[in-house]
Amino acid sequence: MLTLEDLGVLRDVRASGNQVVVTITPTYSGCPAMATMRDDLVHRLSDAGYTARVEVALSPPWSSDWITDRGRQALRDHGLSAPGPAPSHGGPIPLTLMPTARAVSCPRCGSMRTELTSEYGATACRALYRCADCLEPFEHVKEI
Amino acid sequence: MTDHDNAYAELLGSDDSQWAFGHDFEDPLAGVDTSVPAGLDGGELAQECLRLGDDALVLSHRLSEWCSNAPDLELDIALANIALDLLGQARLLLARAAAADSSVVPGLPEGSPVPVEDALAYFRDAAAYRSTRLVELDNGDFAQTVARLLLFSTARLAAFERLESHPDPVLAAIAAKGLKELTYHRDFAARWFVTLAGGTDESRRRLEQGLGVVWPYREAVEPVFGEVLAIAGVAEPEGDRSVSSGHTEALSRMLAEMQVVARAHPMGLW
Repeated sequence: MLTLEDLGVLRDVRASGNQVVVTITPTYSGCPAMATMRDDLVHRLSDAGYTARVEVALSPPWSSDWITDRGRQALRDHGLSAPGPAPSHGGPIPLTLMPTARAVSCPRCGSMRTELTSEYGATACRALYRCADCLEPFEHVKEI
Repeated sequence: MTDHDNAYAELLGSDDSQWAFGHDFEDPLAGVDTSVPAGLDGGELAQECLRLGDDALVLSHRLSEWCSNAPDLELDIALANIALDLLGQARLLLARAAAADSSVVPGLPEGSPVPVEDALAYFRDAAAYRSTRLVELDNGDFAQTVARLLLFSTARLAAFERLESHPDPVLAAIAAKGLKELTYHRDFAARWFVTLAGGTDESRRRLEQGLGVVWPYREAVEPVFGEVLAIAGVAEPEGDRSVSSGHTEALSRMLAEMQVVARAHPMGLW
């Protein structure tokens, strides 16, 4: 589906002979997939003949803007809505009392008549939406 | 040879990576340069990280108490997500504290596999926690939870905005990352605050009551909190900050439940 590179989670790869150091960054602070990503990286690189060490980079903080075009298409292909541009802030972040304004189209039927169900979904990075036309629920990867 | 006593033996083979979340502790700061910058005191830096980390850890646990108990499914998921964000921040901050000053980490038996972040979370007594009393209060009802979350997240968001320029690059990075998440938490709490205030007499009564319970435990109150009160048409409660020091009994009860399994097995592999 999506690679770590497509997600913008993969930050650096440094190889020296068959020793590799891979640097990844967490999407959200509590992202529970970090251990799995680490193990997958070590496992795949080991299969390919490399001894890998996985390191973490916290800065700059991950942004949904780092998801590649290929990654966004993969999200849509699997029924998820891809994020729009992430908010940028210089100075205090203004409070929004209305639901986050997003232009979200239904990944199934393409309709723009979509409604936010909840800012929080099954994982830290996703919000819940529903389509007023085809009536199906879907998840939207949040801008951050 | 098939091990007939162990139903799981055949499932694994030699491939440990089949476990969904890995089979080993993963260091949230692996490879990060955690040396204390020149001019900073490691002990003070650790205490600052513990204050921020313990606040997140304790509130994360409180919010997780809503799991399967929230008013509706979407709220259950939302509160769990907020708890997870805070837990992640706690892990990063506790790990950073231990790296800045290893003397804050409680000693464990020789050979214990417990990583420093878990040692801090599970093997410190309440007296060693640096969390504020605001986060250790019981959740109360949903309205009280919203009031406490709004107070907490507005204060923490402002603190993290200041910490983005902290001389310690690790703390600054944790803050830069955390403040994006805290924005969502603050907005969630603010929306529900306004919704409950403008709902029914019952929701308004509960909101005002819940706010009154948590109000004495406030730290610095940010201007945006006052703005939300004004929009909600809720008056700021009367009363000074509680002058007691030290933790309330609520924290001891919470930690007793949170820590009991880990403490029972200090040599345990999970």
